[in-house]
Amino acid sequence: MASSGSGYDLSSSTFSPDGRIFQIEYAAKAVENAGTALGLRCRDGVVLAVEKPLQNKMLVAATTGRRIHTVDEYAGVAMTGFVSDGRQIVNRAREEAGSYEETYGTKIPPTTLAARLSTYVHYFTLHGALRPFGASTLVAAYDPATKKHSLHMVEPSGVSYEYFGAAAGRGRQSARTEMEKLPTNPKTAGGAEGGEENLITVAEGVKQLAKIIHTLHDEAKDKPFELEMSWLSEGTGWRHAGVPRATIAEAVAWAKKEIEEAEEESEDDEMEE
Amino acid sequence: SITDTTLDFWKTAVGKRNRDRGNENDNGGSEISQCNKIILRSSIRSTISISTIPSYFLIFLLVMSLSLQSGGTSSRGLSTETNNALTAAPNQATTRPITTGTSVLGIKYRNGVMLAADTLVSYGSMAKYKNAKRLLNVNSRTLVGASGEYSDLQSISQLLKANALSDRCTSDSLYEEETNEECAKEVWSYLRAVMYNRRSKMNPLWNDVVVAGFKQNTDGTTSDTPFLGVVDKIGTAYEDDILATGFGGYIALPLMREKYRPDMEEGEARALLEDCLRILFYRDCRALNRVQIAKVTKEGGVLVSDPYELDTYWDFKGFVSSKGEMGTDGGW
Repeated sequence: MASSGSGYDLSSSTFSPDGRIFQIEYAAKAVENAGTALGLRCRDGVVLAVEKPLQNKMLVAATTGRRIHTVDEYAGVAMTGFVSDGRQIVNRAREEAGSYEETYGTKIPPTTLAARLSTYVHYFTLHGALRPFGASTLVAAYDPATKKHSLHMVEPSGVSYEYFGAAAGRGRQSARTEMEKLPTNPKTAGGAEGGEENLITVAEGVKQLAKIIHTLHDEAKDKPFELEMSWLSEGTGWRHAGVPRATIAEAVAWAKKEIEEAEEESEDDEMEE
Repeated sequence: SITDTTLDFWKTAVGKRNRDRGNENDNGGSEISQCNKIILRSSIRSTISISTIPSYFLIFLLVMSLSLQSGGTSSRGLSTETNNALTAAPNQATTRPITTGTSVLGIKYRNGVMLAADTLVSYGSMAKYKNAKRLLNVNSRTLVGASGEYSDLQSISQLLKANALSDRCTSDSLYEEETNEECAKEVWSYLRAVMYNRRSKMNPLWNDVVVAGFKQNTDGTTSDTPFLGVVDKIGTAYEDDILATGFGGYIALPLMREKYRPDMEEGEARALLEDCLRILFYRDCRALNRVQIAKVTKEGGVLVSDPYELDTYWDFKGFVSSKGEMGTDGGW
């Protein structure tokens, strides 16, 4: 897929003759091999979901290996890739949020938080002595000043964009296709007219993300996994918190049923032919 | 045995050092000549040591040892102090409070704990800020109120809020049903440590802080036992069923002690606290009749009221007619 580095890939401070920095691309590959992380911006909030592969049967899955962290009252970060690299980014996000509030007396705006994190991640692509982060982070945040919620994703190269729906990790291609079918863009939701009221809600978003993750998970090939989900929404007072375990369980049950029904339908179709 | 080139070298170095220190016209000559004299003097006493130690090294030692002492020999007599009023380090320790709040009252009742305070912050004898909030919630189950220096209260409030936030961020679980916040007793203990630490550095936070809430069961859930405690500016931590800081200790506390029962209803407790605040307004000249009440209950969490005015009654005989008319000896 990518041409061999042949000498230009030893350091992230070296360009290749065709204008690429291989170390950054390799860092992105590290993210592509890891569990899927999804983020969805809904009408009344943002939902984050991460597929947490259970490395072995002895792992206490419920509490360790967390991939979604709260960084501020109204902000949460989900990560995929090297989780230890992701932890560093989460810690930096907490510092940035804390120091912004100390200095300016208000909560850090989501765009500012994403910009600070992308500057931080980018810094590690500038020096030969450092390696780039091997983690992508999805930042879900709410700005109490403008009353707007948003979703950003910061990639190992240091770029960050704002998204209606973002995916990183193993199943990101298929996840993006699935998410594009959901009404998240106010310009196009519910037909050509669009409109705010046609946007997907957080409650529905939780179910849809659970379904996407379960669809992408290949029982045979991939390890068993735990689904970690969090949200910030009007219902939670905009505070970032984990989706209650009961709600996750409901969403997973619904998702599994939908997947089964879809499989039966496609089997029926095949039988008819 | 001291060569001229060596002396010149040290003379320029010493001269520059002294000019940096403020002696504009120094060229090192006086100090070096003093060095010379010391060397000659000591050479008379101990010729053996001079001949064995290279002379460069000796000069080096002498000059360095002289310069290490503050000011150096040539500047010692002149003592140029570069610390003037603009650059001197200011005294950073709190020696007196400037903007102050008066009493905070606290009482346990049947379902929880109630705090009351007026909303005046005084600037000496001036009633400067008449709508200042002195009761605040730290998290959803702990209430804090303070008297004394208002800016220190704002600093304490920022500190406790930052703690509550970092507790949320770094808690054991992402899921709220599996985590808990700091209970009142934890906040009280933490404040005791903070206040005592500041006092030990002779720079206290000039407050009496009252903490209200509940204790915590071993599994982290809120216990049924209400908690009320105070930490003062020197770090004394004390808990009780009824508390009052400042003037309230003299005027309100005896009244509260008389009327207190452990199973008081909320209405009773509130009436008692309002009465005490009214009497404090009559008698404490740094108090106001605009007040705030706050309560913590196990089910409802923390609730802080908006400020409101208390009615006051000025038709007591002693206020209307002077003592002279009442047939007493005419005292005030």
